[in-house]
Amino acid sequence: MHIVDGALAPQVLIGGAILALAGVAVGLKKLDYDHLPLVGVLSAAFFVASYIHLPVGFSSVHLILNGLIGVALGWAAFPALLVALILQAVFFGFGGFLVLGVNTFNIALPAVLVWYLCRPGIIRSKTPRGAAIWGGIGGALSVALTTFMVAGSLALSGDAFWLAAKATLVAHIPIIVVEGFVTAAAIMLIARVRPDFLHPLEDE
Amino acid sequence: MPQALEHSGTSWKGQQLKHKPSLIDRLDPRLRILAAAGFASVVVLSHSFIPLISGLLLALSMAVLAKLALKRTLRRVIAMDMFMIFLIIMLPFTTPVPAGEQPMLQLAGLSASWAGLLHALQITLKGNAVILIMLSLVGTMTATTLGHAMASLRVPAKLVHLLLFTVRYMDVIGQEYKRMRRAMQARAFVMGTNRHTWRAIGYLVGMLLIHSLERSERILAAMKCRGFNGRFYLLDNWQLQRLDYQCGLGWLLILTLLTGANWL
Repeated sequence: MHIVDGALAPQVLIGGAILALAGVAVGLKKLDYDHLPLVGVLSAAFFVASYIHLPVGFSSVHLILNGLIGVALGWAAFPALLVALILQAVFFGFGGFLVLGVNTFNIALPAVLVWYLCRPGIIRSKTPRGAAIWGGIGGALSVALTTFMVAGSLALSGDAFWLAAKATLVAHIPIIVVEGFVTAAAIMLIARVRPDFLHPLEDE
Repeated sequence: MPQALEHSGTSWKGQQLKHKPSLIDRLDPRLRILAAAGFASVVVLSHSFIPLISGLLLALSMAVLAKLALKRTLRRVIAMDMFMIFLIIMLPFTTPVPAGEQPMLQLAGLSASWAGLLHALQITLKGNAVILIMLSLVGTMTATTLGHAMASLRVPAKLVHLLLFTVRYMDVIGQEYKRMRRAMQARAFVMGTNRHTWRAIGYLVGMLLIHSLERSERILAAMKCRGFNGRFYLLDNWQLQRLDYQCGLGWLLILTLLTGANWL
């Protein structure tokens, strides 16, 4: 999901950086200091979870879980993902520096959309099963959106990238399916064990 | 991806680039962040091969100067290259061959163009140069230092706090994750491509989040008890030394030369 430095056109880099900055600003504004430990620990948990590799056929995919991040954090997903991407770029060598904005935006915006689209359904569901279905939709939807946005960033950077953009879409179909099921199961468990977990960042 | 190319990722401590003390460590962390950012901007926006190749050479010599652990660095750089290898293979074929020129090669009815190959090479050079500079200038400081340096570069305090929290608990949560995975292994859980695996992993992730939530409640209570009022006190008080000025000016000169080399 990360685009590396050097591939994208300067216009795309700048556009992504501005949009990501706006998102991070909103996220930081909505995040008060009492929730900092919660968001920090959760973002560490998502960082760890993103290193789980699941086998798919002969290859393996790693989880992104931005749907689940969206359900748990809402707008705080922007700063949390920016932090995660900075750490990945600096200490793990994944991604790059100037693409931080584009990458943050591509992963965090779908998370925020899931917060608005799927979270109400999860909260209102009477049974864990209903919550799980909404969660599954959110999980699959967010990765699908991120894939489209990554493909779009590539396609906007030049006609030569069209094929790469299409290949990105096809390659991510299995990930979308896996993410849907994994997110559904995670939400099911949370709805059974700690239903109040889905309410901590209530924004009035 | 083969095991050797994968990041273990679950142990944070093991991920810091171990290196012997070097000249780079003596420089001001803020200067190092700015230097890396400036280098990345210059290299990514370059469009000719002279600055790109010299940029990569410069990045390599910085990696040597920073005494990066060879094996670990190599593994990271290769992992990144695997990431974009498809793009690089595809580009020559998707860039149209200019009229009146010979295609580079014909393969199963597809023609590859030189322009596409050059473009792909440029992307590879840029990506590798930026990653190497990041690892050698910024990746050599501890994550806490990175947070403090960001704070004194006027990054919003909340973002810095978030970074410090994430770094602090990454290892803790990683241990938690390993413990649960070991418990699953003890019950003969083997991953496969099926719904059982996905459900089990989903439960694992859910449980990880719940444990994290409960831990964060304890953290907040403990911090409140010690009078946390919304900010950490960052005790580093960095002063730019003579060495910082010398290196900073030298770096500025190099970046100017690199920029100028675009029009050679």
